[in-house]
Amino acid sequence: MNALAGTGLLTKLAFRRDRVAVPFWIYLFAVTAIGTAYSSRAAFDTLHKRVDFAASVNKNPSMLALYGPVQDAASVGSVSLWKVGGVASAFVGVVALLLTVRHTRGDEESGRLELVSAGVVGRYAALTAGLITVVTTNLVLAVLVTIGLVALGLPAAGSIAFALGWFAVGLVFAAVAAVTAQLTTTSRTASGLAIAFLGLCYLIRAGGDAGGHDGPTWLLWLSPFGWVSHLRPYAGDDWWVLLIPVVFSAVCVAAAFALVGRRDIGAGLLPDRLGPAEAGAGLAGPLGLAWRLQRGSLLAWAAGFVVYGAAIGGVTANVEDMVGGKSGRDVLEKLGGGQAMVDAFTNVAMSLMALFASAYAVQAVLRLRSEETGRLAEPILATKVGRAGWAAGHVLFAVVGPAVLMALEGVIVGLVHGLRSHDLGGQFPRIFWSAIVQLPAVWVLAGITVALFGLAPRLAAAAWGLLGLFLLLGELGPLLKLKQWAMDLSPYTHVPKLPGAPMRTMPVVGLVVVAGLLTAAGLAGFRRRDLS
Amino acid sequence: MTDAISVSGLVKSFGRTRALDGLDLTVQTGEVHGFLGPNGAGKSTTIRVLLGLLKADAGEVSLLGGDPWRDVATLHRRIAYVPGDVTLWPNLSGGEVIDLLGRLRGGQDAKRKAELLKRFELDPRKKGRAYSKGNRQKVALIAALASDAELLILDEPTSGLDPLMEEVFQRCVQEERDSGRTVLLSSHILSEVEALCDRVSIIRKGRTVESGSLADLRHLTRTSISVELANPPNGLADLPGVHNAKIEGRRVSLEVDTPKLDGVLARLTEAGVRSLISRPPTLEELFLRHYEDETAAAE
Repeated sequence: MNALAGTGLLTKLAFRRDRVAVPFWIYLFAVTAIGTAYSSRAAFDTLHKRVDFAASVNKNPSMLALYGPVQDAASVGSVSLWKVGGVASAFVGVVALLLTVRHTRGDEESGRLELVSAGVVGRYAALTAGLITVVTTNLVLAVLVTIGLVALGLPAAGSIAFALGWFAVGLVFAAVAAVTAQLTTTSRTASGLAIAFLGLCYLIRAGGDAGGHDGPTWLLWLSPFGWVSHLRPYAGDDWWVLLIPVVFSAVCVAAAFALVGRRDIGAGLLPDRLGPAEAGAGLAGPLGLAWRLQRGSLLAWAAGFVVYGAAIGGVTANVEDMVGGKSGRDVLEKLGGGQAMVDAFTNVAMSLMALFASAYAVQAVLRLRSEETGRLAEPILATKVGRAGWAAGHVLFAVVGPAVLMALEGVIVGLVHGLRSHDLGGQFPRIFWSAIVQLPAVWVLAGITVALFGLAPRLAAAAWGLLGLFLLLGELGPLLKLKQWAMDLSPYTHVPKLPGAPMRTMPVVGLVVVAGLLTAAGLAGFRRRDLS
Repeated sequence: MTDAISVSGLVKSFGRTRALDGLDLTVQTGEVHGFLGPNGAGKSTTIRVLLGLLKADAGEVSLLGGDPWRDVATLHRRIAYVPGDVTLWPNLSGGEVIDLLGRLRGGQDAKRKAELLKRFELDPRKKGRAYSKGNRQKVALIAALASDAELLILDEPTSGLDPLMEEVFQRCVQEERDSGRTVLLSSHILSEVEALCDRVSIIRKGRTVESGSLADLRHLTRTSISVELANPPNGLADLPGVHNAKIEGRRVSLEVDTPKLDGVLARLTEAGVRSLISRPPTLEELFLRHYEDETAAAE
């Protein structure tokens, strides 16, 4: 039998299954790129503004670490797309790797692949179909982004280079995920490995960029994100750099195919270890089970928050140097001095971490839904455990988990920055509370997810879309000059902007009440509905 | 003595499909009750209503004297359930799942668990993802059988077991019955139902079409007779209650409605019986007859 037989059919099936998710992601990313370019274009309409902006960014290690440098201050495109080139491209990579794992290891784990493999489907068909799906998705995104950016009046060559940069990131992480999907037997572990690799690549790029020209810029050549920045869209367009991600991806894909050829269906390369023959004392109730199912993910997130916190804390003190020159310092003094800059930076960093903590919360609540549809809730609910008790075990993680993450973030950033600025007593509490004050907004998102799960379970995954929407509102709202009521839709708008702004109790209490009501409504709805 | 399960006029719809359409089911305390029906007849839906996982649209449902939707916590201490398609958590070992389910039910017999692990030849150290379908089923079965539940609800519990394990399962269920527990056994495997069940209910398209002891049901059905006669029979095919008569000279095979057996035997004796083989109806035939009705009705 032809080893690729059935690839076309499986590809069609993959697109049929993802007919909502794939267009959604393409739309979200395209809007992010084009919307940011549109709004920034207006904000940076004169060369003077662009040069000022680029100078301030390129001197600021934290900005450099987070987003990379502005490569050409003279170019409208380079300045406008600076921000999405960094963080958003990482998300393009995350979506590409999740999609790849979903259509390879995910199908294999659920037994769906075995079902279709019995038909006329070759050994390599599933992997090929999965990769075709992801590459096609990224290609469509690249075409749409190019068209959108050119329509805004940006140079065609640069627009193509920018879009191909995203495409290259998608390609690289799809290829990496194709390999990790062969190593492990569960899709969770396969995605986790690929995401960890992506995080490492981002950190390497951040390290290479943070020092500016004098830093270890050779690091950039070790990270896919660095390769893409060497592509220099709108700032020279060095096309040959694209060869590196293409060759890297080809090697990964070849390795993945070689691995598929060597292993049994359903098996991984990393061996399965035996577990205990009897349950430990902790595995005795719904909470014990939730802890077993959620602890790995919480620990991984916590590790990420610690690393990120150390990085943020390490650069916070440098923010004061961002505004250069005597006139700049004078302006700064009027605005409230160096502390105001540090405060503003801390607030931005913590708001960003709040979004990550919210992503964790959404994921923790959605575990309820995946347990339900995976028929793993049924045996538990057939015991004396009631529905509320079962759900509460997982919801607890969505409430306490983000609190742990944000507290860790506050402690790490506070400690590192406090020690570096030799003012631990003064800086630590300011930073710690600016992390903690974000929690009510995070809980609102957890509450929304619980409400969806309880009242409209089929739409539960829409919580991700809402998180994306709130992110866009926060990022683009001020640039698009949206009306206040639209901004108020996002719970993150209501968080007091500590440590710079004064603490306001009412909005915080309001958020907590809303979160509580949503959670209660979701749990009540779940107790009344049929189990699917 | 009250009935362990009593369901009457149960209706449950999913959107436009009416999965259960006035279903009746009575399971007496202490019996093993077979629950039969083709795929999609509504067996699992009924069980999910009994477990309080689905809310009935209409009808009376009583489980161990309580309401399965309202009295979840108290009722579930007294029942153990084995789903038809057992899924396990990929990173929990089989032994952990057995202990977890036992604890959530309110206790299990450690000695009985060890004995069952041995009888079912299950390695409890393997992780959930490493088990085959049959072994996943064993995990759920051992957890249920080791519990001290009064009522076992088993939804096609042996569909992945090999014949040896099937036999172990049958012996275990017999022991359960001997120790006074009630078992609701939904099954496709008719030999299993025949070997284990005191009474059966057959459902089709969400309705109960037959219910009673196997003896009762057989009484309602046909006995197959093959006979060799001394003389060619006359008028045999026209007797009331005779079906599918094949007469080839002095060899005759026919089916007869069991209540009409008398008249047919009398006529055969008149012709002089040389040899006679009579076979009671199997559950297979019972089941097929209803199933054929269904396909006939569909055409």
